[in-house]
Amino acid sequence: MNGSTYASLLELTSGLVLVCAVVTMWRRSLPAVVKALSLQGVALGAAALILGVHQHDVVLIAVACLVLAAKGLLIPTLLGRIVAGDPSSREATPVVNVPASLVISAALTFLAYGAAEPVVRLIPTTAGRLVPLGFATLLIGFFSMVVRRKAVSQIVGLLLVDNGIALVAFLATAGVPLLIELGASLDVLLAVGVLRVLASRIGSKFGAFDLDQLRELHD
Amino acid sequence: MLALVALVAPLAAGMAAAVVPWRRWVGWVCTATLGVVLACGIDLAVQVVHHSAVTAFGGVLRVDALSAFMVIVIGAVGLLATWQSVRYLDAEISDGRCGRRQASLYGVLVQGFIAAMLLAVVAGNVGVMWVAVEATTIITTFLVGHRRTRGSLEASWKYIAICSVGIALAFLGTVLVYLAALHVGHHLPANLDWTSLMAVSHHLDPGVMRLAMALLVLGYGTKVGLAPMHSWLPDAHSQAPAPVSALMSGVLLTVAFYALLRFKAVADGALGIGFTRDLLVVIGLLSLAVAASLMLSQHDYKRMLAYSSMEHMGLIALGAAAGTRLAIAAVLLHILGHGLVKGVLFLTSGEVLRTEGTSEIAQVKSLLVRRPALGGLFAVGLVALLGLPPFSLFVSELNMVRAETTVGLGWAAALSLLCMAVIFAAMMSHGRHLLLGAARGERVHRTPAMVTAPLVSALAACAVIGVLAWPLASLLRAAAQVVAI
Repeated sequence: MNGSTYASLLELTSGLVLVCAVVTMWRRSLPAVVKALSLQGVALGAAALILGVHQHDVVLIAVACLVLAAKGLLIPTLLGRIVAGDPSSREATPVVNVPASLVISAALTFLAYGAAEPVVRLIPTTAGRLVPLGFATLLIGFFSMVVRRKAVSQIVGLLLVDNGIALVAFLATAGVPLLIELGASLDVLLAVGVLRVLASRIGSKFGAFDLDQLRELHD
Repeated sequence: MLALVALVAPLAAGMAAAVVPWRRWVGWVCTATLGVVLACGIDLAVQVVHHSAVTAFGGVLRVDALSAFMVIVIGAVGLLATWQSVRYLDAEISDGRCGRRQASLYGVLVQGFIAAMLLAVVAGNVGVMWVAVEATTIITTFLVGHRRTRGSLEASWKYIAICSVGIALAFLGTVLVYLAALHVGHHLPANLDWTSLMAVSHHLDPGVMRLAMALLVLGYGTKVGLAPMHSWLPDAHSQAPAPVSALMSGVLLTVAFYALLRFKAVADGALGIGFTRDLLVVIGLLSLAVAASLMLSQHDYKRMLAYSSMEHMGLIALGAAAGTRLAIAAVLLHILGHGLVKGVLFLTSGEVLRTEGTSEIAQVKSLLVRRPALGGLFAVGLVALLGLPPFSLFVSELNMVRAETTVGLGWAAALSLLCMAVIFAAMMSHGRHLLLGAARGERVHRTPAMVTAPLVSALAACAVIGVLAWPLASLLRAAAQVVAI
């Protein structure tokens, strides 16, 4: 593929990762949020694939396929099962309402451009310019974990953080060495699995999924 | 080779625990495994204390004096915790709170947890180290929730949610360090081996390294239990079974701190000593302040011990901020002393919780009279923890403060002493309530020697090290040299 197609495809997919993060802040219906997360996983895998094809890096292409399978398909399916088991699959009373969340997301994106400045300066390529998008996704995920009260929403926040970091890793370094990339992905997969098991145990003990009910332990 | 034995032994014991239905002897096999780990650690230390590091698998595993020291700490605290695990599981099974399958699961997870910590400290590659630290999070989540009460489920949720975010930030920090190493400009193949990072540390891009180090301190700091991402710590430590609390507080926190020490050495090369020092001073003092303020109003003795862990992690963060050889040697001695003493206190408190049925300070009284062995252990442990002589924590705290004053951090040392004084008063008053007081006509309960013997020996070891510095002095010097400024 030629230079300009590569640049625009990479911009499109990386941008899509951030857009999906914003969509999860916008929608309160959990199935919609999980769909956005699934699309984000696909966009992330596609970005890695484009980078791999552009750099003729077979290992990166293989990693991209794994990311597509794990983050586009496997993890959203796991989350979908939790949502399906929850009768009230809406974020009922978010701590911060939707318009405010969107404004804060925009502010976080600006912040991300500031924070990622040294990285952009070090790698003046197309990929380097897009690194702040990963940072923005990470910050939005962090914010989502703080303000959302549903168990699933917190897992989604964690995955946004993770996807943001993965995007930074692909864009900035064309992926860390394979062994570590695999270890990292496996760990995230396991963490989500563990959270799913915990969510169902909490569900059967507490009768509901709201983290507001986790009030047993305090000082 | 020995590092491999130390790694494989717990894994093998874990597998054995998975296949063999739980019996008491399986527990003792698991305990013996930790004896093997400790022996390997000592042997490794003897090998590397005067020579360079030993490596295996082309540098994936690498043991220098610092790693060997951490293997010894893990072996020692692990031995205590697995010894008491046998009794913990016996009691849980006979009280009908836990079936044999759950007991097996507990055995497997504890061994996996220990293997993951060992991998973190013998990994030569900082990426592998990260994977190992993350693995400890996943494994311990189920251990925290082992009792499956509402409280323990809540604690495990908070634990994995907060620590996963923290460790994700540490991953981003690691990626950025890798990015900086890729752009050094040498035509060396960039990789994440700690030795190669150290070799190029002076040429790493300072802007990227600043961002990376901030993320690493925040990320690994979460696992260390440093403020501002500490809120998982008191919940997890108070809800986990006592042997798991002992392992988490005694070694898991400091294994994460070990990761920070490694990265600090790289960042010091790239940025000079100032940047990381400032970060660690701020985060250390903040942790001390939080621990002191929450200690005062504490009503639960396990949470009290948890906040005390936060205090001690704050102290070693300040010690590491000073960064001189004396400071790092004192930090390492503190890691060992705190691991042993906090292990003893958590295990004793687990026994108290089991026999008294409550973890409320207000509802436990006159332990020294009613349960002299447990009360005595708790009292001596508290004295050691508060940094009184002859225990090694006195020596290490004194030397950390000395080192801090020599590098111009006297003001931070003074603030830390203030927080320590508050904590001292608070813990003394809580301890007095738990231990003293006359018991009216209640009979005296005995505690079996099988329970007290390992705890007494751990406290005795801590006192011997405190008085003689033997046999650790040369190992501490060698280990401090690895990462000191």
